[in-house]
Amino acid sequence: MQLSREQLEQAYRRMKIIREFEERLHVEIGKGEIPGFTHLYAGQEACAVGVCENLTDEDLIVSTHRGHGHCIAKGCDVKGMMKEIYGKAGGICGGKGGSMHIADLDVGMLGANGIVGGGPPLAVGAAIATRNQGKERVTLAFGGDGSCNQGTVFEAMNLAVVLKVPTIFVFENNGYSEHTAFEYAVGSGDIAARSEAFGMPAIKADGADFFSVYDATKQAVERARKGEGPATLEFAICRFYGHVEGDPQNYRGPDEVKNLRETMDCLKNFRTRVGEAKLLDAGRLDEIDEEVMTLIEEAVTEAREAPPPAPDALYTDVYNAY
Amino acid sequence: MSVKSYRDAINECLAQEMERDESVIVLGEDVVGGSGSKGGKEAIGGVFSLTAGLWGKFGDNRVMDTPISESAIVGAAAGAALAGMRPVAEIMFTDFMGLCLDQIYNQAAKFKYMFGGKAKTPMVIRTTHGAGMSAAAQHSQVNYSWLTNIPGLKCAVPSTPYDAKGLLASAIRGEDPVVFCEHKMLYMSQGEVPDEPYTVPFGKGNLTRQGKDVTIVGFARMVTLANEVADKLAGEGITCDVIDPRTTSPFDEELVLESVEETGRLVIVDESTPRCSMASDVAGIVSSQAFEFLDAPIKMVTPPHTPIPFAPSLEWTYLPSADKIETAVRETLEGR
Ligand SMILES: Cc1ncc(C[n+]2csc(CCOP(=O)(O)OP(=O)(O)O)c2C)c(N)n1
Ligand SMILES: [Mg+2]
Repeated sequence: MQLSREQLEQAYRRMKIIREFEERLHVEIGKGEIPGFTHLYAGQEACAVGVCENLTDEDLIVSTHRGHGHCIAKGCDVKGMMKEIYGKAGGICGGKGGSMHIADLDVGMLGANGIVGGGPPLAVGAAIATRNQGKERVTLAFGGDGSCNQGTVFEAMNLAVVLKVPTIFVFENNGYSEHTAFEYAVGSGDIAARSEAFGMPAIKADGADFFSVYDATKQAVERARKGEGPATLEFAICRFYGHVEGDPQNYRGPDEVKNLRETMDCLKNFRTRVGEAKLLDAGRLDEIDEEVMTLIEEAVTEAREAPPPAPDALYTDVYNAY
Repeated sequence: MSVKSYRDAINECLAQEMERDESVIVLGEDVVGGSGSKGGKEAIGGVFSLTAGLWGKFGDNRVMDTPISESAIVGAAAGAALAGMRPVAEIMFTDFMGLCLDQIYNQAAKFKYMFGGKAKTPMVIRTTHGAGMSAAAQHSQVNYSWLTNIPGLKCAVPSTPYDAKGLLASAIRGEDPVVFCEHKMLYMSQGEVPDEPYTVPFGKGNLTRQGKDVTIVGFARMVTLANEVADKLAGEGITCDVIDPRTTSPFDEELVLESVEETGRLVIVDESTPRCSMASDVAGIVSSQAFEFLDAPIKMVTPPHTPIPFAPSLEWTYLPSADKIETAVRETLEGR
């Protein structure tokens, strides 16, 4: 790990933006302000940011239904995202995609996905493209522990190995697919071992620790850039909210979330780590916190005040030419 | 008889059919809920709670939580059916049919025909369809129109709690594969539902309003809108037949043809996108078999040929509405 001060500040800022974005959404959704199904990423920030800090705008990611964190980590416009989630004009997808379909091709974000297992095959194809274009770019497919049981994911992993393309499969293991526990649904109990059986290396890391996510990703990305083929990353992590907003979470233990917030908070971890190593001082981090709170406040205000999409938007962008 | 929600009617039917016949089994994602978790099993009973309570009554061998593996869920149901069970598989949202389509249309739907008539595949795929919750492009679709295109497969689109219970019982007791489409906007709707088990036959439509001026055929949630319009127009002396076909495959052609022969005017309300839809199918049936009775062009009220937008303002513009149906009825009365 040799991250510059600027890089560390950016990593912290992005993790903090994700956290506050999601905390605020939770409040606004509670007030009935936001339509649709929203899956919050709070708790998993170090995964998205630890991964994406290894990437450039040229690299590509595909995301999931729980995609806000991946978008922010890849550099999507936060205010545009907020408007999108509110279903307003000026949203990053014109208000037509919503929380589950945020994408920004300009920053290499190929889309959140409402279909579990929809993304990994796309990531193999994107990696074929960048390989053939002669660029040392990589494509990362984010997925949850539940997604590893989908046939599309098996097929994509094998295809990536067969073609030896620069695809990296990232599994954020938060212990649940909706209400079903990882221990029940993943037969072997080990996503990394399953991936290795397809013929690629797999690394496990602590998803609540930015630095271990960063280091694991770095190894996989360096290999892929050199043309050595795909890899899998499995991060142990937790989500601070329900599967989807409104989830009563009866399947969780009594103090489960409270304990997780105390012991597995990646932002607290980060502060401790950079403090102890004297990399950044607490005062600077506090300043970043304040900037972030202002940004989120502005994003919400602007999203609330934005008009709905023009009615004609319903009919546009179905085809390029028809 | 008592008043029940569409959701409770379906839940009650599942419990009663499982009680009646131990070859009925249920499988799908979170149909028990909480498997392997600290909170324990039966934390939810399906994301819309349709299967709540079943695991407690019937246990592990008959109510099975599955991993996220739609193709294996439907394939396992088809295999279990071939081997003597009556599986009820849940595909959480009908939008996920893409992942398991092969098991439906190359496997389950064709066994009987390909295997010399010997195979029976008594399976039901229960699924949620329909827009209106801002669930966006991949969680709001209806696809009964293209499922209806598959020979060997049946398809039900209940619009009331009564029909939901009775049609599901028919589907479970029948010998053919069925896709059973539950409209997510109807789950909380209420209606009279007998407490005891009963069946509503497939292929028999329901005349929900009787009139003489215009025939309105609606599917699933569209039936409720059609009824609303018929009631409103009745106040002005315009009366409509409203037909709920209840199943798209088989389809009750007779009821529709008889009605159009009386009224001479037809409005079809379908939540499918218009191309190769139930709307265009019914228009084809009527124009090819009852052309001489028509006094006005057939009207189709459908969404446009677009995916489903997220923004609520756009979603409601996308969907057929009572206003759009009323306009279509008035136009057909003017011969337009
Ligand atoms: C093909 C498909 N099946 C089922 C669902 C419903 N669904 C949405 S998210 C989810 C659980 C995903 O679990 P995981 O991959 O662990 O991601 P997490 O939600 O934990 O981030 C399920 C079953 C879906 N969206 N798509
Ligand atoms: Mg998970």
